[in-house]
Amino acid sequence: MLGKLDWSAIPFDQPIPLIAGAVVLVAILGVLAWVVVKGHLPYLWREWITSVDHKRIGVMYVLLASVMLLRGGSDAIMMRIQQAVAYQSQGYLPPEHYNQIFSAHGTIMIFFVAMPFVIGLMNLIVPLQLGVRDVAFPTLNSVGFWLTATGALLVNVSLVVGEFARTGWLAFPPLSQLSYSPGVGVDYYAWSLQISGVGTLVAGINLVTTVLKLRTRGMNYLRMPMFCWTTLASNLLIVAAFPILTATLAMLLLDRYLGFHFFTNEAGGNVMMFMNLIWAWGHPEVYILVLPAFGIFSEVVSTFSGKALFGYRSMVLATMAICVISFMVWLHHFFTMGAGPNVNAIFGIASMIIAVPTGVKIYNWLFTMYGGRIRFATPMLWAVGFMVTFIIGGLTGVLVAVPPADFMLHNSMFLVAHFHNVIIGGVLFGAFAGFEYWFPKAFGFRLDERWGKAAFWFTFLGFYVTFIPLYAAGMLGMTRRLQHYDVAAWRPWMLVAAAGMAVLTIGVICQIMQLVVSIRNREALRDRTGDPWDGRSLEWATSSPPPVFNFAFHPDVRGEDAYWDMKIRAQQQLLGHDLPEYHDIDMPRNSPTGFVCAFFATIMGFALIWHIWWMVILGGLGAFATFVAFAWRDHDEYVIPAAEVARIDRANIEERRNLVSMAGAV
Amino acid sequence: MAMTETVGRAHADPHHIGLVIEHPGPAPKRIVTAYGFWVFLLSDIVMFSCFFAAYAVLHGQTADGPKGSEIFEQRNVAIETVCLLLSSFTCGMASIAADTRNRFWFYLGMAVTCALGLIFLAIEFREFADLVARGYGPSRSAFLTAFFSLVGCHGLHVSAGVLWLLTMMAQVFAKGFRADILRRMMCFALFWHALDIIWVAVFSVVYLLGSAV
Amino acid sequence: MLRPAHCARLALAVQEPFSGDRVCCRSFLALGSVRGFPTAIGPPMNLLDPQGPVAAANSTILVDSVFIMLVIVVPTIIAILAFAFWFRASNPKARFQPGFVYSGRVEMVVWAIPALTVILLGGVAWIGSHQLDPAAPVPGTGSPVRIQAVSLDWKWLFIYPDQRIATVNALTVPAGAELNFQLTSSSVMNTFFIPQLGSMIYTMNGMVTRLNLRADNEGKLQGLSAHFSGDGFPDMMFDVNVISPLAFPDWVANTAKTDAVLNEESYTKLMQQGVERGRPVYRLADPRLFDLIATQHIPPGPGPEFTSGAGRPHSGGHDAR
Repeated sequence: MLGKLDWSAIPFDQPIPLIAGAVVLVAILGVLAWVVVKGHLPYLWREWITSVDHKRIGVMYVLLASVMLLRGGSDAIMMRIQQAVAYQSQGYLPPEHYNQIFSAHGTIMIFFVAMPFVIGLMNLIVPLQLGVRDVAFPTLNSVGFWLTATGALLVNVSLVVGEFARTGWLAFPPLSQLSYSPGVGVDYYAWSLQISGVGTLVAGINLVTTVLKLRTRGMNYLRMPMFCWTTLASNLLIVAAFPILTATLAMLLLDRYLGFHFFTNEAGGNVMMFMNLIWAWGHPEVYILVLPAFGIFSEVVSTFSGKALFGYRSMVLATMAICVISFMVWLHHFFTMGAGPNVNAIFGIASMIIAVPTGVKIYNWLFTMYGGRIRFATPMLWAVGFMVTFIIGGLTGVLVAVPPADFMLHNSMFLVAHFHNVIIGGVLFGAFAGFEYWFPKAFGFRLDERWGKAAFWFTFLGFYVTFIPLYAAGMLGMTRRLQHYDVAAWRPWMLVAAAGMAVLTIGVICQIMQLVVSIRNREALRDRTGDPWDGRSLEWATSSPPPVFNFAFHPDVRGEDAYWDMKIRAQQQLLGHDLPEYHDIDMPRNSPTGFVCAFFATIMGFALIWHIWWMVILGGLGAFATFVAFAWRDHDEYVIPAAEVARIDRANIEERRNLVSMAGAV
Repeated sequence: MAMTETVGRAHADPHHIGLVIEHPGPAPKRIVTAYGFWVFLLSDIVMFSCFFAAYAVLHGQTADGPKGSEIFEQRNVAIETVCLLLSSFTCGMASIAADTRNRFWFYLGMAVTCALGLIFLAIEFREFADLVARGYGPSRSAFLTAFFSLVGCHGLHVSAGVLWLLTMMAQVFAKGFRADILRRMMCFALFWHALDIIWVAVFSVVYLLGSAV
Repeated sequence: MLRPAHCARLALAVQEPFSGDRVCCRSFLALGSVRGFPTAIGPPMNLLDPQGPVAAANSTILVDSVFIMLVIVVPTIIAILAFAFWFRASNPKARFQPGFVYSGRVEMVVWAIPALTVILLGGVAWIGSHQLDPAAPVPGTGSPVRIQAVSLDWKWLFIYPDQRIATVNALTVPAGAELNFQLTSSSVMNTFFIPQLGSMIYTMNGMVTRLNLRADNEGKLQGLSAHFSGDGFPDMMFDVNVISPLAFPDWVANTAKTDAVLNEESYTKLMQQGVERGRPVYRLADPRLFDLIATQHIPPGPGPEFTSGAGRPHSGGHDAR
C-alpha cells in the first residue's frame, strides 16, 4: 500500500534532524496559521500563488532562494563545527549524518539557492529592462517556479522522512547505485532534481524567447542592457545543458529502479560515462550561475559610477565567448582519471581560455569606474568586493586547470575553497548586489544602508576567514568530505574556518536585520521616483513597484542606456511633451495551473521515491487533467481599460514631476 | 528625479558604426509561441543526444548477451519507419486543414496520424515484449540497456504525442479553430515532425549500423 | 614571459627535483612553516614539501603558475581598490569623464593581458601534462617495484606480485626505486594519493589505472583516498614507509613469514564493508589475484546490509568503530 514507507523511515533515534524537522514544521504551521487567522489566504492565493506576473514570480523565486539559503547555511555551520571538533574523535555527527549534510548542502546551495536567486532576479528585471509587459510565457513561468519549489520541498521532506543522499552533491555511481546506496536518499536527490530541473528548463526557454522575441521598439541587440545579454547567455546554457542533467539522472534512476546497466560495475556499465555526462552539464552550470551575476555587476558598476559601461561591445563578446567555451571544458573535473596527456592538456588549456573573457570583464568594470563619480551604496560595495574576491578565485581556478597542479589539488580542501571563492564571491555577492539594487524597484522602498553595509563587511571578512584556511588545509593534503581526521596540522585551520563561519553567520543576521528594519521604516525609505539610484536602463523608467502592465506604452529606445538617454532628452525638453493617448492593455489572466501542477508533481515525486505506485498513477493523471483543464480555458487574458491605465500612469508622471520641480526649487 | 549629471550630448550608442535598423518591437504571439517551442525542441534533442551518446559508448558492451545484429528485425523496423514518415505527411495535412479551418480534413488527418502512431507503438511494444520474453531485457547487458532506453525514450515521446493529438482533436471539437488552439496545433505539428527526425537518427544509428555488424 | 630556459626548467623538474624552486616553495604563503605545528599522529602531508620527483615537479608547476598569475592579479587588485578610492564621488580632485566608455587601445590591452597570461600558462600546462602524465616513467635506482593497489570498502590493499606478499593500509617501498602502480577498485571509486609523492589517480572497478612514483628520502609519509567513497571514507588513510633499498628485501622476507594467506577467499572476506584499524600483512597465494579483481572475475564488493527495510540502510562504517 505505501511501498517502502513505514514508521522506521522517521529517524526517531537521531535527535538533530528530528528537532530541525520539528522546528521547520512548527515554523511552517505557524506561518500558515497566521495567514489563515489574519484572513490573508485569499489575498495570497489571488495575488501571489496563482500570479503569472513576472515580477511576483521573480520575488517568489528570490524568497524561495533566501529561505533555502538559511537551510543550506545551517548545513554549512554544522559541517564547519564537525570538522573543527572531529580531530582524533568522531565529532558530534556520525558519518551517515555528516555525509547527508554535505550532500544536501551542495545540492541545496546550487539548485535551490543560487539557481532560484538568479532566475528570480532575471524574471523580475529582464522584461522591465526590455521595456515589455511580461515574459513570453507567463503561465509556464508560474509552472516553472512551482516545480522548483516542489524540488526544494522534497529535499526538505527527506530531513524527516527517510534520508537524503550520502553520496555528495553529484551522486557519483557506483556509490549512488542501489547496491551501495540502498536507501531512499539518492532517490530523493534524483527526483527532486528531475522535478526542479523541468522547472529550470521551462524558465530557460521562457527567458531565451523573451530576450530574443520580446523587446520594445528600438531595443536592438546591441542596445540591450548588459544584464539582458548575460541573461540570454545564461538561459541559452540552461536550454542546452539541463537536458543533459535530466538524461543523466534518468539513466541513474533507470539503473536504480529497473536494474538497467548504464553506470553499474556489472554487465558492461560505464562509470566514466556518468562523470562525462554530469560534468557536461555541471560545468556550463557554473556559468549559468555566474553570468547573470556578471550582468548584475555590470549594471551596478555603471550606475554607481555614473557612467555607461566601458567597452560594451567587448563585454557582449566576452559574455557570448564564455557561453560557448563553457561547453568545451568539462573534462577538467577529472584530470586524475588517467585520460592521457593530450586530452588533459587540451582541456586544461580550454579551461584557461575561459579566463580570458572573464579577465576582460574585470578590466572593463575597472575602466567603467575610471573617470566615474562612484557612490558607495551597498550594491557598489558588493560589486567592488566581488571584483577583488573573484580575481583570487579566478587565480586558483586557473591553477587547478593546470593538470599537473590539479594532480595535487584535485578534490582537496583547496578545491573546496576555490569553488566557494567563485560561487560566494561571484554568484552570492552578485545575488546580494542585485537584491539591494533592485529591491526598491520590486517593493517601492529602499533597504536600510547601515545594516546593508554591516552585512557586506561581515560577509566579506567572514568569507576570507572561512576560506583562506581551507586553501591552506588543501595545501597540507587535506581532502574534502572528511567526517573526522587524525592529522594535527589540519586542526588549526579548521578552527579558524569555524570562526570564519561565525563571522559569516553575523553577516546573514545583518542581512535579515536589514530587511526587518527596512520594512519597519518603509515610509521613510519610500522611493517615489521609481529611480532611486539615478539608473540608466528602462526598469527605472516606470514607478516602484511597477504597475502590473509595467509600461503604459512600449518605450521607444534610441540607444544604449535607454533610460539615461530619455532622462537627458526629457531634461532638454523640460518634460514639456503632451500627454499621450492611452489604449486598453491586454494582460495574461492569473492561473492556478502552476500551483496545481506542482501539487501533483510533489505527490508523484514522493510516491516514486517510496515506490507507492498507485499514487504515482494518481499524480500522473492529475497532471494530465491539469494540462487539459488549462487547454480548455476560454479567457486567458483580461483587459485593463485605457482610463485605468491613464489614471495610474498620470499619477506616476505627476509624482515624478513634483519631485523634479521640488529639486529645481532647491 | 534624481538626475544630477548631464552629459554634453545625448548619449546614444557611443561607438556605433554604420546604419542602425530599428528593432520594430515585441513579436506577435504566434511567432513567440513557435519560437519558444523550437527552443524546447532543441533542448529535447540535446536530451536525446545524451541517450545516443550512451548508446555509442555502450553498444559494444554486450556482457556475453546478444549483439544488435542478432535481435534486430529489419522488416518490423521498416514498417515502423514507413508508419512514422507517413504520419508526418498526414500531420502536415491536418495542419493545412487547420489553417484553412476545414474540420473534415483536420479530423481525418489527425485520425490517420493517430492510427499510424498507434501502429508504430504497437510494433515497438511487441518488439520490446518479445525481447524481454527471450530474456534479452534491458538489465541483460549495458548494450540492451542503452538500446531500450534510446528507443524507449522515443517511444515515450510518441505516446505523449498521441495523447496530445487526442487532446488537440478534442479541443478543436469543443472550441473550434480559435487563435490559441491554432498556435497549439502548430506546436504539436512541430513536435510530431521532430519525433520523425529523431526516429530517422534512431533508425540509422541503432538499426542500420547495428544490423550491419 | 615564458622563456625557453624556463620551459626547459619545468621539463627538467622531473629529473632535478630539488634544484630550482625549492626556496620559493618554502616561502610561498609561508606555508612551509606549518610543519612547525605539533604532529601527534602521522607525518605532515604538505604539498610544498615534496619527497619525490613527481611531487617536486607538481609543486614547482603549482608555485610557478601562482607567481605567473600574481604578476597580473596583484596590480589588478591594487588598481581596483585605487580606482574605487580615487574616483569616489566625494573626491573633488578626481576628474569626471562620463564620455570615457570606449578606447580601442585599452580594449586591446585588456584582451591582450589575460590572453598572454593564458598562452604562457597554456605552455606550462601542455609541457607539464606530458612530462607529468601519471603513466610516464620515473627512472630510479635499482629495479622498479611493482605494486598493485586495490581500494576496498574502506581500506587499501597493496599487492606486491613479484614479492608474493600483500599489505593492508601500509605501503612499504624502497627509497630511490621507481614504483610502478597498477590500481583498481573492489567496488566504488576512490583516489589514490600520497601528497608528498605527488600525482593522485582514480581507482575504478573493472578498470586499471597506472601511476609511476618515486620516493627519494627514507621516512614515514601518509597517503589517503581523495574521492569520497562512503561512510568509512575518512579512515582510508594509509602509512607509507620509505625504507632504504638495502632494508627492503629484509622487510619482504619478514613479511612473507606471516601465516595469513591472501587468496580469493580471504580477499572476499577482506572486501566486506568495514574499517581496518590494524596493518595486517599476507602472503600472496596467487600473483594473478589483481587481474582477477580488475577483470571482475571476482565480483565487485557488496554494499551495506539493508536491514531496516525503510529508507535508511544500516551503516557498516559506523558500527565498525
